[in-house]
Amino acid sequence: MLTIKNVSKNFGGLKALQDVNIHLEPNKIYGLIGPNGAGKTTLFNLITALLPVSGGAIQFLEKELTGLRPHEIARLGIARTYQNIRLFPSMTVLENVLVAQNIHTQSGVGSIFKVQRSDKKFLEEAEAMLKHMGLWPKRKEKSTSLAYGEQRRLEIARALALQPKLLLLDEPAAGMNEAESAELLERIQEIRNSGKTVFLIEHDMSVVMGICDYISVLNFGKLIAQGTPGEIQTNGAVIEAYLGREEG
Amino acid sequence: MSGYIEGVLALMGINILLALSVYAILMTDQCSVGNAGFMAIGAYTSAYLTVKMGLPLLPALVIGAALASLIGLLIGIPALRLKGLYLVIATLGFGEMVRTFFLNFEPTGGASGFRGPMGTTLFLIYAWVVGFIVVFWLLDRSRLGRSFDAVRDDPEAASTMGLDVIWHKVWAFGFGAFIAGIAGGLYAHYMFYIESGNFSFLLSTMILLYVLLGGMQTFWGAVIGAAIFSILPEVLRFIHEWRLSFYGAVLVAMMIFRPSGIITRQMVRDLGERLDKLFQTART
Repeated sequence: MLTIKNVSKNFGGLKALQDVNIHLEPNKIYGLIGPNGAGKTTLFNLITALLPVSGGAIQFLEKELTGLRPHEIARLGIARTYQNIRLFPSMTVLENVLVAQNIHTQSGVGSIFKVQRSDKKFLEEAEAMLKHMGLWPKRKEKSTSLAYGEQRRLEIARALALQPKLLLLDEPAAGMNEAESAELLERIQEIRNSGKTVFLIEHDMSVVMGICDYISVLNFGKLIAQGTPGEIQTNGAVIEAYLGREEG
Repeated sequence: MSGYIEGVLALMGINILLALSVYAILMTDQCSVGNAGFMAIGAYTSAYLTVKMGLPLLPALVIGAALASLIGLLIGIPALRLKGLYLVIATLGFGEMVRTFFLNFEPTGGASGFRGPMGTTLFLIYAWVVGFIVVFWLLDRSRLGRSFDAVRDDPEAASTMGLDVIWHKVWAFGFGAFIAGIAGGLYAHYMFYIESGNFSFLLSTMILLYVLLGGMQTFWGAVIGAAIFSILPEVLRFIHEWRLSFYGAVLVAMMIFRPSGIITRQMVRDLGERLDKLFQTART
């Protein structure tokens, strides 16, 4: 469903990504791993058009994404979370989800007369989403007053409110304890089982190995390996990138 | 009502409109210090229409405001690519450009000003004030209002949530210019005489100050801020020459003790909930 073809990104003289090729099929969990600074988040920023590509092309459901603006890409069905959580600080937990649902309504000037409270269908959906993420009891709290792990879960709930076909998660388990991250992985699998594709960045190898169907490995902006978790674990180039070359 | 009190209330209403015009633009995290320019366009256009073309006041007001809004958009669309301080400077330049335009534009009197517009009543001013408060109140409760909040909080995150950030910013800019245009038209037809000096950079700064002090989180902040700081100079007549220094001191004190302004969103929410409860107990 998503095809990344020979994509490159330069920041001045720095080659952040070089000739990256990744292909995603529907209904699977994909992992993108690599050491810090490998270009993982940059790739997500290219897919969501927060940054323009320097070369190559990205296609989603047979549509060319180059030249589209971020909101148009979201409307095609790609939602994301951020490595450094970016919730809307002036809003409550519930409002953060409700605002994402605006994508399903025509947001013209006339919508000023559509009072959100009366939109029962959306409220019910938001309730289900927040309950699923265990955040319903905190719906009236400011999003910024949540604990770190809860904020990450809220960001996922907000992204799911867009009803995306593809969900990009940027280090969803970062800062979580083991119990929290185990539960999160379960949620991610449920998201996949509900018919969505998940593409997640993680730099902790053990997290991804358990749930990903297929993994791509970036190092210094280049794709150094792709394969199933089993293949990646025994791949020489990957081990070298993570652990360094063995002396002798 | 004495003429003096009426005069104070009239200018207060116009100041509230101007504060709302700045708030509309601030709503998407853009800062304009050129709203006196939009006000001038509304004032001169509507005055010309009523005095020289014999148009009734109401359509003249709306046409003047629409023109302010249109020019706001024409200038705004390229300016909206600018952020923060750069946008402030661009709007400042725009405001001064409009002022010097009217200073030299002979058909509307040039340097000698424009005489003759009349017809603004206190009722008319407050009808517009109430009208715009209703619009902002509706906006606050609507999906659209929440989208504006998202754009202000984090434009990048808002864009990946499917919101067209530029559309929201342009709309807010045009809306703000429209309100300022109405305020200008009402002002002209209240004063009977306007000159370009009425619409100086100092006025734009004062309006921005009302909103800063009143609170930027909700439109009530703009309303209350403008109301208080329109009455304050009258109450403070005894310190006359020190008035501006006093304002400066108030501003500094506010920034230290209450940087969010007089009215915060939480206050409005709490009050709303308390009223809800009151109604519920009254019903049972």
